[in-house]
Amino acid sequence: MRAVVYALRSFGRELRSGEVLVLLAAVGLAVAALTAVGFLTDRIGKAVARQANEVLAADLRLRSQERVPDEWSELAAGYGLQTAETLSFPSVVYAGDESALSSIKVVSSRYPLRGAVRVSDSMFGEQRTVDNIPATGTVWADGALLARVGADVGDTLAIGDLDLTVTAVLTYRPDQSIGFASLAPSLLMNIDDIDSSGLIGEGSRVSYALLVAGDDSAVAGFNEAIVDELPDSVRIRSQEESGERAYNAADRAQRFLSLTAVISLLLSAVAVAMSARRFAHRRMDTVALMKSLGATQGFVISVALVQLVLLGVLGVLLGSVIGFAAERLLSLILVDLIQGDLPSPGLQPVILACSSAFVLLLGFALPSLLQLRNTPPLRVLRHDAMPPAPSRLLVAGLSLAAVAALLYRSVGDARMLMILIGGIIVIAVALYLVGRGMVALIGRFRSGVGVAWRYGLANVARRGRDSAVQVVAFGLGITVLLLLTLVRTDLLEGWRQTLDEDAPNHFLINVQPQEIDSVAALFAENNIESPVFTPLVRARMSTINGESVKERDYPAEDGRWFTSREHNLSWTAQMSSSNELVAGEFWAPDYTGQPLVSIEEDVALETGLGLGDELMFIVAGREVAAEITSIRKINWDSFQPNFFVVFSPGALDGMPTTYISSTRIPDDKKPMLVTLARQHPSISVIDLGAILEQVRGIIEKASLAVQAVFLFTILAGIAVLFAAVQSTIDERRFESAMLRALGARRSTVFAGVMTEFAALGTAAGVLASAGASVLAYLVATRLFELPYTFSPTLWVAGVTAGVLVVCVSGYFAARGAVNARPADVLRGSGA
Amino acid sequence: MSDQSSIKVLEAHQLGKQVSSPEGSLTILSAVSFDIMAGESVAVVGPSGAGKSTLLALLAGLDLPTEGHVVLNGANLSELDEDGRAILRAESVGFVFQSFHLVPSLNALENVMLPLELAGHNDARKAARKIIEKVGLQERWSHYPAQLSGGEKQRVAIARAFATEPAVLFADEPTGNLDSRTGENIMQLMFDLNRSSSTTLVLVTHDNNLAARCDRVLSLDVGKLVSDTGVAA
Repeated sequence: MRAVVYALRSFGRELRSGEVLVLLAAVGLAVAALTAVGFLTDRIGKAVARQANEVLAADLRLRSQERVPDEWSELAAGYGLQTAETLSFPSVVYAGDESALSSIKVVSSRYPLRGAVRVSDSMFGEQRTVDNIPATGTVWADGALLARVGADVGDTLAIGDLDLTVTAVLTYRPDQSIGFASLAPSLLMNIDDIDSSGLIGEGSRVSYALLVAGDDSAVAGFNEAIVDELPDSVRIRSQEESGERAYNAADRAQRFLSLTAVISLLLSAVAVAMSARRFAHRRMDTVALMKSLGATQGFVISVALVQLVLLGVLGVLLGSVIGFAAERLLSLILVDLIQGDLPSPGLQPVILACSSAFVLLLGFALPSLLQLRNTPPLRVLRHDAMPPAPSRLLVAGLSLAAVAALLYRSVGDARMLMILIGGIIVIAVALYLVGRGMVALIGRFRSGVGVAWRYGLANVARRGRDSAVQVVAFGLGITVLLLLTLVRTDLLEGWRQTLDEDAPNHFLINVQPQEIDSVAALFAENNIESPVFTPLVRARMSTINGESVKERDYPAEDGRWFTSREHNLSWTAQMSSSNELVAGEFWAPDYTGQPLVSIEEDVALETGLGLGDELMFIVAGREVAAEITSIRKINWDSFQPNFFVVFSPGALDGMPTTYISSTRIPDDKKPMLVTLARQHPSISVIDLGAILEQVRGIIEKASLAVQAVFLFTILAGIAVLFAAVQSTIDERRFESAMLRALGARRSTVFAGVMTEFAALGTAAGVLASAGASVLAYLVATRLFELPYTFSPTLWVAGVTAGVLVVCVSGYFAARGAVNARPADVLRGSGA
Repeated sequence: MSDQSSIKVLEAHQLGKQVSSPEGSLTILSAVSFDIMAGESVAVVGPSGAGKSTLLALLAGLDLPTEGHVVLNGANLSELDEDGRAILRAESVGFVFQSFHLVPSLNALENVMLPLELAGHNDARKAARKIIEKVGLQERWSHYPAQLSGGEKQRVAIARAFATEPAVLFADEPTGNLDSRTGENIMQLMFDLNRSSSTTLVLVTHDNNLAARCDRVLSLDVGKLVSDTGVAA
């Protein structure tokens, strides 16, 4: 109790005297970085997830072949959720004598619940975002539909029994599918017009959907309440399940933001460890004195622990305030750039930052403070009497446990955690060993150089282990900074490549075999590379190994859904370049034997299908059986037409076939689509541009966030460098004073100090470049599945960064030591 | 000397201290024995490396001998663990060091309060105030060590040493870092306080004049007690 009272009282004095400020700053910075990063990733993560939800135009979608009963929307309203209703069906639309098949989307007033519809006032005109739906009696139609029927904004379209006026060109709706369900261009109409249209009758192919959106927890609650109640005919889709490209991008963004947060954390940990060591070292004299005055070990350790907790509390308070302020500022900038609303952050980041601060202190500051307990009281008489170094096992164990706890909390992915920890340990050990070697090497250079250089190099060599530790610290900091720059650049590059300027931006669907030549000719006339046409056959799966697909058990509910739905089959002689074989063998290009089939990896997982299983499909009343001989992984990011089920050549010959294709049509050639639509009215053109834009939007958001978060990581890195230099500052003051007392000019002393920093920086830079290359390679290829190429500029950057960063921070950190008045230092102006 | 002079406050029994060095075992002290009575003032003198500071560390329980033992205020230091020795020091030992050893983050008054607080004194502040007046620093009590002169620092250290009214006061070259005039004043203060509080004083010094002012002088050379002069009564 006495220790607590004393600790509380003396903490105030310690604060006033500025002794604990270094450590407090390290903890505060860690918390500030964590809170800001946490808030930001939380909010950006929510924004990205929300944007991914745009694919559904909702957080949750209930879809059925029959009208979703009112009770479900009433239940949703009970959870405080917003709802909207949609109906989708194909119908022929007339304008005078012209007609075309259209995918009609009938929507209720709040549609869409996520994302926004965009329209333009004329064909290929400037698009704008709208927050309402077409008024009754009016429609918004896809430009392709208008082109096909020769209509324009202001004209009237006959749909069912109604004549509806086109008031805008529909350019984008969040839930426009890039699948093949909507073959025809869209038309958006008001739900209040549907009854009088006479479009809905017996046997009409209408897909009803109830859209639900709102607070995360309410959505989850609603989902849970209905999931078991719903009849089989109703299919729920949430953001997690949507599995669309947007979600993949969102997932990557989340991972990357986590990685960035983790790096800030690691750097903070190093800074905390360093400043704690210095803090403990500076307190040794006081502890020895207190012990000589009668303080027990228990008293000393209690005081240290209480002060550690106080430090944590203060650091959390200080850091949270700074972090919150920084996040406010960042989100102000971001909101402006994103042109959207950032969801407000949750409380979780604060809790995370608080617990992390204490884990940091326990893992990285405690060993140094525990060492204080063993300070010999003899130190009051003999200043070289030191406590035994803290057990390496304890230090390593505590810090590893802390790192694992902190990282796991942020990463939430055991594999990434292992890669990160493994990489960091390997680099630290390698840096240390090479650091020792380098220190020894530097010692050899000193005889051939002038006095300043000799002083600097001798310092590096003399401090032996300390120098190596500093190389490790600097090297690790630079590694992480390089890694972040590299991985960030690589990642963004990888993303850009998947969405490169030549990526297809249109799908052509429903191309009849006899149309291929004339479509190719039209492309040639317009100087556009002729697209590759892929066959497509519609089918239903009937049996698996002779057993009806309806009676079979599946590992996942999606498996049942997959086998019972209508399938798009294709055939090919060669596997698409966007596919990768994961099991079995793909048939030879000249294969003409029994029908074989190749299925997609996830389908295999969800349905439990494997090599050797026999699938029976029914195509236009005819049965086709085929054995599974290979399983493929598909890169959906390629924007190439891809199929879950692909047959060997010849197997589907004579079946009703249409062709699909993906192609890139430059903006200035878009008017050719009007010609295409008029010449080939049955061909559907799906504009991927809008979808690409959506994906790009997600990526832009993510990279912007990363850059903002990156600022904090740099700050944390600089804190580490400062802590490292600060840890030797007393020695430096003394040495500098002594040299100057011996007649060295200030500039000579300074040159010596800078030589030392430059040597340390070079070594750290070299080692960091090597470490970062390896780690970046691992992270890029293993984690993000992106190609990685080693770059020599990295080495130049690494060494330059090493020398610059160490010299510049060294300059500011050591300036005071060099400039201190020799008389003051040598007289020991302290107490 | 008063009646208490018949009470042994410190007993050194065949004290020896060896340390290991690269050249093998090094003997710093060997077979040093003496008793110190309550109220005595004893100077420990000898050339550099004679083992004076080592002897002081052993007598105060800051370090343990490799041979022999020390009895401080009736307790055998070798039989106590580190905490036990610390508690004993809190109760009965005061220190004055050559380099003052004030806590830089505490002001003069707080430095004096420190041992009182450690000993669980109920009104440390009041007691500290009183003693700080005795050493003539009533105007400077709120100053931090960095704001005090060498002499003032040592006054604070002396106030701190006497604050708990210890049975034994150990002083290690208390004037070593002071000019001769300030040193003289400091020593005067120390002897005055010693006399008024009947504390036993053990003083390590190079200064023969200073040693001569003590009741008794122990001379060390190369780790051995070579003479024990002066009157003990």
